[in-house]
Amino acid sequence: MDLKAKLEALAKQNHDRIQQIGTLAELNDVRINLLGKKGPITEVLRGMKDLDAQERPQVGAFANKIRDDLTEAIQSRKEQLEQAQIQQQLAAETIDVTLPGRPIQRGTSHVITQIMDDLEEFFMGMGYQVVSGPEVEEDHYNFEMMNIPANHPARDMQDTFYINDELLMRTHTSPVQARTLEKHDFSKGPLKMISPGRVYRRDTDDATHSHQFHQLEGLVVDKHITLADLKGTLLAMVRHVFGADREIRLRPSYFPFTEPSVEVDVTCFRCGGVGCPVCKYTGWIEVLGAGMVHPNVLRAAGVDADVYGGFAFGLGPDRFAMLKYGIDDIRSFYQNDLRFLSQFQREG
Amino acid sequence: MDVSYAWLQELVDVPVAPTELADKVSRTGIEVESIKRYADGLKKIVVGHVLSLEPHPDSDHLQIAQVDVGEDEPRQIICGAPNVGKDQYVIVALPGARIADNVKIKKGKIRGVESLGMICALQEIGYPENVVPKAYANGIYVFNEAIKPGSDALEVLGMNDTILDFEITPNRADALGMRGVAWEVGATYGNVPHFTDESIQESGQPITDLLTAEVADAKDAPSYQLRVVQNVQVKESPLWLQRRLWNAGIRPTNNIVDITNYIMLAYGQPMHAFDYDKLGTGKITVRRATDKESLTTLDGNDHELNDQDIVITNGKIPVALAGVMGGLSTEITESSQTVVLEAADFAPVNIRKTALKYNLRSQASSRFEKGIDVGSINQALDEAARLVAELGTGDIAQGVVAPTNIKAEDTIINITLDRINHVLGTELSAEVVEKIFNQLGFGTRQEDGLFTVSIPSRRWDIAIEADLVEEVARIYGYDDLPSTLPTTTLTLGALTPVQARLKRSRQLLEGAGLTQAITYGLTSPEKASRFMLHDSLVTQVSFPMTTDHQTLRMNLVSGLLDTIAYNVARKETDLALYEQGRVFVKTGDQVRPDEREYIAGAVTGNVQLKDWQQPAQAVDFFTVKGIVESLLADFSLVSPINFEADASDDNMHPGQTAAIFLGTDKIGMVGRLHPAFEKAQGLPATFIFELDLEPLMAADKTEIIAQPAPKFPSVTRDMALLVDKQVTNAQIEVVIAAHGGAFLKAVTLFDVYAGKGIADHQKSLAYTLTYRRDDQTLTEDEVNAAFDQVLAHLIEELNVTIR
Ligand SMILES: [Zn+2]
Repeated sequence: MDLKAKLEALAKQNHDRIQQIGTLAELNDVRINLLGKKGPITEVLRGMKDLDAQERPQVGAFANKIRDDLTEAIQSRKEQLEQAQIQQQLAAETIDVTLPGRPIQRGTSHVITQIMDDLEEFFMGMGYQVVSGPEVEEDHYNFEMMNIPANHPARDMQDTFYINDELLMRTHTSPVQARTLEKHDFSKGPLKMISPGRVYRRDTDDATHSHQFHQLEGLVVDKHITLADLKGTLLAMVRHVFGADREIRLRPSYFPFTEPSVEVDVTCFRCGGVGCPVCKYTGWIEVLGAGMVHPNVLRAAGVDADVYGGFAFGLGPDRFAMLKYGIDDIRSFYQNDLRFLSQFQREG
Repeated sequence: MDVSYAWLQELVDVPVAPTELADKVSRTGIEVESIKRYADGLKKIVVGHVLSLEPHPDSDHLQIAQVDVGEDEPRQIICGAPNVGKDQYVIVALPGARIADNVKIKKGKIRGVESLGMICALQEIGYPENVVPKAYANGIYVFNEAIKPGSDALEVLGMNDTILDFEITPNRADALGMRGVAWEVGATYGNVPHFTDESIQESGQPITDLLTAEVADAKDAPSYQLRVVQNVQVKESPLWLQRRLWNAGIRPTNNIVDITNYIMLAYGQPMHAFDYDKLGTGKITVRRATDKESLTTLDGNDHELNDQDIVITNGKIPVALAGVMGGLSTEITESSQTVVLEAADFAPVNIRKTALKYNLRSQASSRFEKGIDVGSINQALDEAARLVAELGTGDIAQGVVAPTNIKAEDTIINITLDRINHVLGTELSAEVVEKIFNQLGFGTRQEDGLFTVSIPSRRWDIAIEADLVEEVARIYGYDDLPSTLPTTTLTLGALTPVQARLKRSRQLLEGAGLTQAITYGLTSPEKASRFMLHDSLVTQVSFPMTTDHQTLRMNLVSGLLDTIAYNVARKETDLALYEQGRVFVKTGDQVRPDEREYIAGAVTGNVQLKDWQQPAQAVDFFTVKGIVESLLADFSLVSPINFEADASDDNMHPGQTAAIFLGTDKIGMVGRLHPAFEKAQGLPATFIFELDLEPLMAADKTEIIAQPAPKFPSVTRDMALLVDKQVTNAQIEVVIAAHGGAFLKAVTLFDVYAGKGIADHQKSLAYTLTYRRDDQTLTEDEVNAAFDQVLAHLIEELNVTIR
């Protein structure tokens, strides 16, 4: 057999064989055996020295072609095998992506805290300082300084837990305002403050009453603060909390520490004002009380009421939360049922 | 105050229907809480005339009445009321009628006899029990005048009237009388009320022949006015008067008492009537009660009085609690013939205290508390006397006995237009403001923007500029005010460091998986005193509502345990909760407790829930300690934090509780509840922590000075130590830290083991020590030298065996 025929036979025989190989390792062995230094092609080429000089380049070119063909066949088979292997791996690694993810344990702040934090940020953005004060308060700051002297009928409106004749559990956060007003140096600028915190009333706990609840009161005192400023401030706050489409209205009311005093209603955020059970079919919901600071309150704190004036407002974070989220029992806030609390984890 | 729309219309022109009136008045002056009409839901109820009565053949109490209801034939109606009688005019519900509670009346047979309707009691057509005259409380209502049979009974009874409930705030007591309400409604619509005041005829004896009076201290009764009406017939009031009273929520009694109540409703002036003869002395003295003096009030209750109570006496003994309630001994009864009428003003504070003390708060006392129009006391008295004479066919004695009197004067307030606009943020003209003052019925003079305003005595709530500003604002209309924001110099809005720290601490715990609870600041004495970090005396409220809420808390853990119990009872068993709030502690002779900011947590059940990939993991001491460590690390404290085993709290597990120290100050604790305490409280295994944030917030803090990321690699060495069981991790770490050398960066405990293969009295602890140089790569020799140094000291100081 001549060399060329030998090479042809070799090519024919191995092309088929390469297509049959099932593993990469086997393929590698074949590659080494076939194309390596000791392989049959090399051997054929070695035999070329016995050929005519005329024949040699033809056979040489033919041998190289055979070797290239085989190399290509091996490479192609290798790619097929590798592809198959990856497919197999992917198939083996396929999971049910609908299985649940690993839960992350995350706590949440109390819904009332959320309301208060939100309001604090809102008012801080308008330049208000946040002032805390004692929960055990003196009658002097809780009542006298707020223009509620002993035996004033308004004391009926606030049933009080007394500790002794002078000390009590504060019934509102207004005493914080009295304390701050008393210390404020108006030569350094106006007073703009909010006082959030816990308050106590001598009430029997039921769905709408709690002996402990929260208040957030605001006070702005300067030389030219107007009732219109109060209206604008409350409108901005109400829209921030209850939605940009809300409107407010003021109604005359009475608080000993403000004159004029108003109650503030907001358009019902359930029905938009057409009437529903939440707003008792009036389209309006009462949300807070406010007014212009009573001159007696200013004077009691040593502020010249002829020069300075201001507004004050007080709202209940408990009530805000009840209205905003449709909670109908104030006791829910203090029972702390985890199922109740955790629903406020997401953005509300 | 229940305001009758019909009565109001007699006093002032009301241009709108009740609903609109309610809305308008609520927006400009006084909130109208509700509107009601007794007739709502009722129909086919007429006046009937009982023509005859005969007993029901099959009943010992039913009667068969033939009743004229204005139809061609009388109707036969079976009636069981004990007071039904022939010739009575009564309320009849015809077949097809609806009476109270939506009950429908049908024709039917009662024990075999046909009944074509029902004769009604007032309660049956919807009147509340407390306004039904006692005479008709247990039977049907009987009209005391002839009324055309078939008339609409609802109209005759005043039930078609609309009642507006005016919610009177303490400053608007002027509207606690119909005349005041008429002024308010008139001001709202720019209408002047039209009151008819009839003059009185004094046909009796001179009053001085009958009565003398004195007031011991004019401060107690600044105005005290008496009239006497003689030859009076006490009887039932005419229907118009009864109607006025029950529509205002007051039960008709007899003509004299009804008139005093009517005058109170009309003028806001509480009145009292005494039986002159029962007074027995022809004398009245107003004075303070002496200690232990006693009085039986009209309600039959006995009271032991003291010198805070103002009493009316007959010159000898008390016959009434001034302004609060009359005495039983001088009560007006059917036999009374001569009546003493009292209209007065009493010291509000005493009235308030007396009414509260004896639990006798009434419409009268609440009016005196809030003040009355001193300008209409005499007018009210005269009108009362006139009515008593008219309805009781009596003779008014000549003159008034008035030991004290007040001359009513207008209050004059000066206010500038600028001031009004300055406070309201408006640009109202002088004309607009003047018109408002005129509408309110205030006398007004204006010159160059300065108003001189005369306020009549009926608006005694108006005393200062701000009060006038309010009047302008509300009548002008709050809706028409502009909305602006304050224009002040800029101010900074930021949390204080303490507020920011509290907020950050909350957020940190929430990130660690704890949910915030808010529990009560007032609790029981036992709960308040548990889990205390510092010795403290108890602070109590004087008159608690319940024993559960009487003591100011001195720890936060008890509230959290209540919460755990509440949730566990609802089958929620995996709980991680915290609270941030104040505790109230005091020592020595401190009266006012210090308020300290605390933070506490309670964790029970699983901290990691079982799922398809991993088993559940129950909370243990180290879970909670890890939370505490993470929280404390955030404070960047200069002084070290130490955890020391602490078995001093009986409610805590003695082997699983640590006291937490900042330097040498105890600032908290962490651990498990005592199993016995858990059992007693019905709690599952619960781990708690509590920290006093005050020393933590006050402590020195380290500052962060940024370092570049290390340039050279670190090297680690592991060690396994066999030590005596008593030796603590803390002790070992102290030795490692002390002798670790300059390049030791971290020590990590990675194994703790005791048991098989180790002697009973020993345990094995394994640590990784991490070394690094910041200026060059560490050499083997440097690391080995430092490591050997640590081992040597551990062997020497703690007698460890290196494994
Ligand atoms: Zn609505």
